[in-house]
Amino acid sequence: MRTTTAVIGAGQAGLAMSWWLARRSIDHVVLERGEVANSWKTERWDSLTLLTPNWQSRLPGYGYEGNDPDGFRTMPETIGFIEKYAEIISAPIRNHTRVTSVRRRCGGYEVVTDQGTWQCETVVLATGACNVPTVPAIAEAVPPAIRTLTPLTYRNPDQLEAGGVLVVGASASGVQIADEIQRSGRPVTLAVGEHVRVPRVYRGKDIKWWMDASGVLDQRYDEVDDIVRARNVPSLQLAGYADRRAIDLNSLTSIGVKLVGRLAGVNGGKAQFSGSLRNVCALADLKMNRLLDTIDVWAKENGLDRQVGPAHRFDPTAVEESPPLLLDLTPGKIKTIIWATGFRPDYSWLDVPVLDHKGQIRHDGGVVETPGLYLLGMPFLRRRKSSLIDGVGDDARDLSAHLASHLRDRAFSRPELIAAKG
Amino acid sequence: MTTTTTEKPVNNGVNVEALFGAPEALTKAPEGAKFKWRASCEWMKGTQSRSTVDSFYGLGAEQKHKTKFSFDSDHPEVFASEDTGATPVEIVLAGLAGCLTAGIAAVAQARNIQLRSVKATLEAGMDIRGILGADPDVRNGFDGIKVTYKIDADASPDDIKAIVAQSQKRSAVYDIITNPTNVTVEVK
Repeated sequence: MRTTTAVIGAGQAGLAMSWWLARRSIDHVVLERGEVANSWKTERWDSLTLLTPNWQSRLPGYGYEGNDPDGFRTMPETIGFIEKYAEIISAPIRNHTRVTSVRRRCGGYEVVTDQGTWQCETVVLATGACNVPTVPAIAEAVPPAIRTLTPLTYRNPDQLEAGGVLVVGASASGVQIADEIQRSGRPVTLAVGEHVRVPRVYRGKDIKWWMDASGVLDQRYDEVDDIVRARNVPSLQLAGYADRRAIDLNSLTSIGVKLVGRLAGVNGGKAQFSGSLRNVCALADLKMNRLLDTIDVWAKENGLDRQVGPAHRFDPTAVEESPPLLLDLTPGKIKTIIWATGFRPDYSWLDVPVLDHKGQIRHDGGVVETPGLYLLGMPFLRRRKSSLIDGVGDDARDLSAHLASHLRDRAFSRPELIAAKG
Repeated sequence: MTTTTTEKPVNNGVNVEALFGAPEALTKAPEGAKFKWRASCEWMKGTQSRSTVDSFYGLGAEQKHKTKFSFDSDHPEVFASEDTGATPVEIVLAGLAGCLTAGIAAVAQARNIQLRSVKATLEAGMDIRGILGADPDVRNGFDGIKVTYKIDADASPDDIKAIVAQSQKRSAVYDIITNPTNVTVEVK
């Protein structure tokens, strides 16, 4: 089978790219291992809501039309939103088509799937950043009697045995999971490494509104000092609760969650925590205050001071005098460990030599060094908002323009292709 | 930014161009990043011993300090010792202070902040029933370390706190103390 562009993945990124390719009259297919919005359907816990408000899900030619712009979509609503987009734009999706190999061929690419092989000029990788949970090597030393889960296999607290739970990681997934498990009556110990603390609401406005309005989310990848660091910043400590309440380490402590340092080792049936808890909390508080300073300056410069609430600062993160450094995992006090330690993409099917020593694709704002290969929907790919539903449209526009010009250059340099097509 | 052309350039005496350019160079030649730090030690008498540091390995080659440094360690008279040198745990505190303070100077330089004075005091608690074997539930080591900095610099209190926090984040000795490390001791 032949097409000009194969887009791999029918999530928000693949669909936004499909919209732009159609607009540029570029013949393409969207190959999907399952169905539209597959990760949202099969790899999310039950209570998860989007962390961005409803209004902030603008896809090319599509946006929120309901009457709760400040609310947060549930998973069924998110899935419905993306399915409807696929339908409206009539994306040429091939469902239940798993890509098993992508390799270079005749200056273009060969995409092998379990439903046949495609020859194409260009390929867009839109398979997402969160395919595989990153679990540290020390997990192997955890006593076998303890059940271990990841955010991809965790569904709800009822799935867990009664008893203590150790949640490792205090970014978006870890804090939300810790909150609902603690509220289910299972005492939670939360191992906290470096994290990013932000309030849900500041001066009466959602933090995402501030970041959007002030241009923070539009900051480009070639404008930041250290893009490698920016791409590896942990996810913001946020939840999308209906009552817009904040989630942070103080709110977790107030419901009884026990904070400990980063999980540094498991030895002889004991978990060992780093003594750095105080500093990672200080770093997060200072960083949050710098963001709020930026917001306050921007609000003043733009004459918003009278339209929003007064500037203020939040209580620093409270850390007990001597947080425990050891936790005995043997006597059964801890029944479950949840590794909320991040995710990585899966490129096991990508047979093009473009991975760096850490297994990440080398790219310049989504343009992969192998001509005609593009990456989309990754953290800070081209902008701070690149990994958001709301951010992928601008990236898809930029990259589809690059892709179109690549096709033109190729056609000029290889007239036989035009002839063959004609 | 409030920087004007009449201001003196910030100089904390740290060559940050060399220091912060290193990550890029080391990404291209990662084997150069592998260092080996060494010390040797000889028993003098009683609880007194003398440690020396001289060579180390790094940037793909054997390296040497400009001078051989030596550190006498002993225990104070309350431990019925002769007190001819610092207690080894005090040398650990000195190592932590030296590492954090060097980090503060480097981070301040990178952030264009002039330091005028940086002073630290360190205090670590210890229940000596641990080392005496008097109570198996008491650990040998510190039960906590408290470091207090007094810093005079051209920066806001929050900016100073951020430098100190960043220095902890990037400190080797802070990491060695706060996280477990496998230690292998052999007799030949």
